[in-house]
Amino acid sequence: MIKRSVFTSRTLPYLLILPQIVVTLTFFYWPAVQGLMQSVMRSDPFGGHSKFIWFDNFITLFTDPLYMKSIGITLLFSASVAAVSISLGLFIATMANRALKAKAVVRMMLIWPYAVAPAISGILWLFLLHPSYGVVSYAIRNWLHIDWNPVLWGSDAIFMVIMASAWKEISYNFVFFIAGMQAIPKSLIEAASIDGASPFRRFWTITLPLLSPTLFFVTVMNIIYSFFETFGVIHTMTQGGPGGATNILVYKVYQDGFIGLNLGASSSQSVVLMTLIIIITVLQFKYVEKKVQYTG
Amino acid sequence: MKVRKIVVLCAVAVAVIFLSGQVMAEPVTINWWHAMKGARGKVVDTMIKAFNDSQSEYVVVGTYKGNYDETVNAGVAAYRARKQPHILQSFEVGTQTMMLSGAIYPVYKLMKDEGYNIDWKGYLQPVLSYYMNANGDLMSMPFNSSTPVMYYNVDLFKKAGLPMLDKETPITWDELGEITAKLLKSGVPGGMVTGWQSWTQVENYSAIHNIPFASKANGYEGLDCELLINNPKVVNHIAMLKDWFDDKRFVYGGQKYQGPKAEFIAQNVGVYIDSLSAIAKLKAGVKDFKWDVAPLPVESWMKNPQNSIIGGASLWVFKGHDKKDYKGVAAFLKHLSKPEMQIYWHKQTGYFPITLAAYEQLKKEGYYDEQPYQEVGVKQLTRRDPTIISRGLRLGYFIQIRNIINEELELVWNGKKTPQEAMDSAAARSNKQLREFEKTYQ
Repeated sequence: MIKRSVFTSRTLPYLLILPQIVVTLTFFYWPAVQGLMQSVMRSDPFGGHSKFIWFDNFITLFTDPLYMKSIGITLLFSASVAAVSISLGLFIATMANRALKAKAVVRMMLIWPYAVAPAISGILWLFLLHPSYGVVSYAIRNWLHIDWNPVLWGSDAIFMVIMASAWKEISYNFVFFIAGMQAIPKSLIEAASIDGASPFRRFWTITLPLLSPTLFFVTVMNIIYSFFETFGVIHTMTQGGPGGATNILVYKVYQDGFIGLNLGASSSQSVVLMTLIIIITVLQFKYVEKKVQYTG
Repeated sequence: MKVRKIVVLCAVAVAVIFLSGQVMAEPVTINWWHAMKGARGKVVDTMIKAFNDSQSEYVVVGTYKGNYDETVNAGVAAYRARKQPHILQSFEVGTQTMMLSGAIYPVYKLMKDEGYNIDWKGYLQPVLSYYMNANGDLMSMPFNSSTPVMYYNVDLFKKAGLPMLDKETPITWDELGEITAKLLKSGVPGGMVTGWQSWTQVENYSAIHNIPFASKANGYEGLDCELLINNPKVVNHIAMLKDWFDDKRFVYGGQKYQGPKAEFIAQNVGVYIDSLSAIAKLKAGVKDFKWDVAPLPVESWMKNPQNSIIGGASLWVFKGHDKKDYKGVAAFLKHLSKPEMQIYWHKQTGYFPITLAAYEQLKKEGYYDEQPYQEVGVKQLTRRDPTIISRGLRLGYFIQIRNIINEELELVWNGKKTPQEAMDSAAARSNKQLREFEKTYQ
């Protein structure tokens, strides 16, 4: 028997959800519609000149080889950030779950980095890795004799922003993984060890399948994070450089729209970005979710 | 008939009493949105206070709106919502967008309408010319202006057996090549660095050597201009820097100033090209060596180098306020250009005094004998009257164009493109932006 509250009034439920609807409409739908409208217009920032130009903005975008390159960089960047942060988050969670002493303290320490804003994380990593004033980069160059220079070499720069973005997200993933592991019945694992399964086998055949709903959720969240929220990291660390090597889509939207005041180009890029993220999420739900085992 | 006349007279009398009462009771508020924070913000507040204390009709309220981008965006949003401030500070690269916005009240017109007969000849011409239209009318009031100069490490120069540089006559680029080679030989890890590479190595290089940056008089005379930076002279300069880069006479420290400045302070290089505003930063940051300032180098074939060009921001007046407000705006702009205000501004921030009167007075006071650093920029900027090529740049989507140039230069430094390829590509990509901008205003 499922207990249900029954509203006798027909208007009350609507009234109750009204605040949420108002917030969603003003802060999500209204700007989104504005963005869609701007993306088919060519207009000056002050609104004096506005012209409807059909899909010119999109044609300009997709005939620009550099924009296609930016899409490629974004996909590489997001996949790397998600892979690094999920695998490390999972690894640390497994270890922390087995820790015997000071469990609570260890966990809390591991959650901390999540409280750091992406921009701050970028600055912190820059203080370590900047070729001119970074402490670690000094060590890399003088002790390891590697020509580490993210200001000049694109590959160094992309490596640096992936590290800075993934670092923060490891904590987030850690929280979910550890919570997921706590929910796995101890008896299952104990039974497996009695049967002689190695720790790795226990992880692979029991923990991981039971963790798959968490893993799926975390993957979706990580990809969305790396598409949008990593803006702060890019902005503080590389500003899309050198030579456009770290110019991910969301940063290009900001540069063209907010700094460059080209609203049409910027809006059409946001529309592309939105479409891309919708496609990725739908694909994930359609194909990956089928493999996820939810326990009732 | 008579009754009606009396009624009208009474109404007028009431109106007059009412209105004058209002004026007496409440001064007119003038809003100024700016991007000056920290020490500069305090200097701005002091200048505003001096104005507010000097009269009782107007009260200027200065509001810090964030950095340049944020301030301009705040202005754009406010104008769209019809809540624009009277005065908005906007950076030099946004000049074209502001000019064409249809939202501004040109400063020359405002001053004329309000009865101020200003002799614009009494201002530093290369500063004014950046903000003039093609007819030579001033569109916005220059506020904070600087220009790039060359800093060098005196101790490292002495160690390498190099003579000190003159503060007025520039050295040639060839000489700088020899100097940086000697620095390397004496054990310094790098030769020179530059902040803001597009501004110092392409924009200012073109102005000083009187090379057109863009067609149509650098864009002053039409939106249908095209970039000309892939000319042999600029390409040669970039090629020379690339050669220097390969043997470490030139070190790349990033697009902005933080990296290059850090290299100079760490004594990894002996020469550092950056804006005048770095004087204050070096004074605060350098503890263990002596440094000095010299004008930017010039090519040996350029016998009479032109003025360098400015960077910084100017004050734009928005349309759509009451006539009585504009009287106050004009009075305030006039106040800002008074010699004492300009002297105070220059001394506190290092930005140029924009009037000749202020400059002369500073000279008379002996300020430049005490602070010889400060005069290098003024002299470099005023050494010759600006030509139509060295007066400034007027490009749409200039921010995007600067980004493109920076990106392409980086591809030269890391060896992905030759200087010619990079400059051709920079020009082609920028021209696309210019065409897009042109279409917007058709």
